[in-house]
Amino acid sequence: MSDSSSDYWKANIRLVSILLVVWFVVSYLFGIILVDQLNSIRIGGVGLGFWFAQQGSIYTFLVLIFIYAKRMNALDRKFNVHED
Amino acid sequence: MELQTYIYLFVGGTFALYIGIAFWARAATTGDFYVAGKGIHPVANGMATAADWMSAASFISMAGLIAFKGYDASVYLMGWTGGYVLLAMLLAPYLRKFGKFTVPEFIGERYYSQTARIVAVICLIVASITYVIGQMKGVGVAFGRFLEVDFDTGVYVGMAIVFVYAVLGGMKGITYTQIAQYCVLIFAYTIPAIFISLNLTNNPVPQLGLGSELASNGGYLLDTLDKTLVDLGFAQYTDQKGTSLNMVLLTLSLMIGTAGLPHVIIRFFTVPKVRDARASAGWALVFIAILYTTAPAVGSMARLNLTNTIQSGPVGEPTANLLYAERPSWFKNWEKTGLLKFEDKNGDGRIQYYNDKNTDFAKKAEAFGWKGNEMTKVDRDIMVLANPEIANLPFWVIALVAAGGLAAALSTAAGLLLAISSSISHDLLKGVFMPDISEKNELLAGRIAMTGAIIVAGYLGLNPPGFAAQVVALAFGLAASSIFPALMMGIFYKKMNNTGAVMGMLAGLLSTLIYIFVYKGWFFVPGTATLPNNAENWILGIQPESFGAIGALINFVVAFIVCKVTAAPPEHIQHLVEDIRVPKGAASATAH
Repeated sequence: MSDSSSDYWKANIRLVSILLVVWFVVSYLFGIILVDQLNSIRIGGVGLGFWFAQQGSIYTFLVLIFIYAKRMNALDRKFNVHED
Repeated sequence: MELQTYIYLFVGGTFALYIGIAFWARAATTGDFYVAGKGIHPVANGMATAADWMSAASFISMAGLIAFKGYDASVYLMGWTGGYVLLAMLLAPYLRKFGKFTVPEFIGERYYSQTARIVAVICLIVASITYVIGQMKGVGVAFGRFLEVDFDTGVYVGMAIVFVYAVLGGMKGITYTQIAQYCVLIFAYTIPAIFISLNLTNNPVPQLGLGSELASNGGYLLDTLDKTLVDLGFAQYTDQKGTSLNMVLLTLSLMIGTAGLPHVIIRFFTVPKVRDARASAGWALVFIAILYTTAPAVGSMARLNLTNTIQSGPVGEPTANLLYAERPSWFKNWEKTGLLKFEDKNGDGRIQYYNDKNTDFAKKAEAFGWKGNEMTKVDRDIMVLANPEIANLPFWVIALVAAGGLAAALSTAAGLLLAISSSISHDLLKGVFMPDISEKNELLAGRIAMTGAIIVAGYLGLNPPGFAAQVVALAFGLAASSIFPALMMGIFYKKMNNTGAVMGMLAGLLSTLIYIFVYKGWFFVPGTATLPNNAENWILGIQPESFGAIGALINFVVAFIVCKVTAAPPEHIQHLVEDIRVPKGAASATAH
């Protein structure tokens, strides 16, 4: 693997790792493990932990995928491995 | 117009649309048939993926599941959406770059092994067949309730419709039909939800209604629901009932399983470019999230509506319970289907709906003169289907819900049938038995395999094996423990070799199968369970449904150990992996 493509791959892994940490935090940590603690904070009529479990985690997943797509497209160009 | 006329009009209209699309989007080549010529726009593919993914279970059953499980049902909401993050970042773009037709094809080439390919085909067929039975049943049930034809006729009509567009159009026909089906099902789901949210909370957005104050008493929806349920001896809606360990593992199993389900993965083979595959996963989740974030509102509001209808005043006051003679018409309709059952245990002509398994509350209930819970059956599935009737919505909304339920079931069935038939005609026939088959004959074989798959699915829908309800856990368990790890290691670990991958898949598959069979009966035959299915017997308290994630872990560990002690993969395979890691040079759209 050439240096440039191995740098591209490393940058890719770094990006995905960061995004997956957020993925883990909003669902497993906020939605399940820390749900009781977070429920003491309320937004409107919903405990924050409950909200993350049934609403917030899904919205975050969406944002994560679009950030991923945007950043990867930028990386493709930066390392000149984009299509066409 | 009569309700039945509306229903015939809506269901007939949508069916005519699907058949119209079938003739317009006929498949001319194997590329069309397997991957829609790789020419689908990412947003359109996102919509088709959403319909492909959201089955009769998502449309009909999920809100009911949430209504009765409350907070604990969050595992399904997170599990069935979080998988798209994994799919988008770990699989879809790379498999699109690989640029072939099926999931077993990638596994076979990446691990330079026909054995690996055949193991993958077996996992795919078992997972997909188990799933498709549920869809066929969903079609039968929807027809039975709304069109007043019997269950069998419903399944035959469903088979005929799928036959027309799936056999003629393959992936191309299925894709465009799924887009239409998505539109039907999402309107059918959200319109009643908006009306109900307006009724209860004055807020037209169900997602916000969930956290709003009730129009009736000014208290918050969820607080009121918690109190109402506790007053009747039920568990608090927002409280956790299961263990955190099982919730974490089940969520993880569902996420990994979602990312590993072949009928979802192949949808990402249909977009023109690698960058489209990335964006398309995001669009798929947008379209899925519209339904999945509405479902918690529908679930909680439906539970409150149902409880308040029966218990209209303070608990214990005799007149606060609904008179059976004055029950609303939707109550009568659903009693006819047997999904709602009432038994006047204390003979007072009124309905008492409470948790008689709660011993503390049962004592209080006795003092009220109650002799047990009189709602002897409240099927979860009626929550979504009865919603428009409970909220007194116009007839056309009820008709729309009928068409929506059918759209959800048919779109998922078609996607699964395509995954099954392409693995037979492309992986087994062309890949293993007849490598020299011409394209024209392969296309014909694909159509024959599709016909066969529809007949098998229809047969199993008409004669569902006793274990039909249990096999969904099996489908996710299989996808999580066998397919997902093999794909991920194939992309992210260049040195993974054929022996490691095959051993890993078999270890993940067998450990998951055995763990499920030990507690649920061998091959789900009743009475053959080795150990009783309860928390005391589970290893570390892990329930069988949650085991897929552990199976995946076993797969990874076994694969790494075996890989370390066997020969490294050949040079050209390592080059193949390097090649799929970069978008440049992806095969572009075929003729479209």
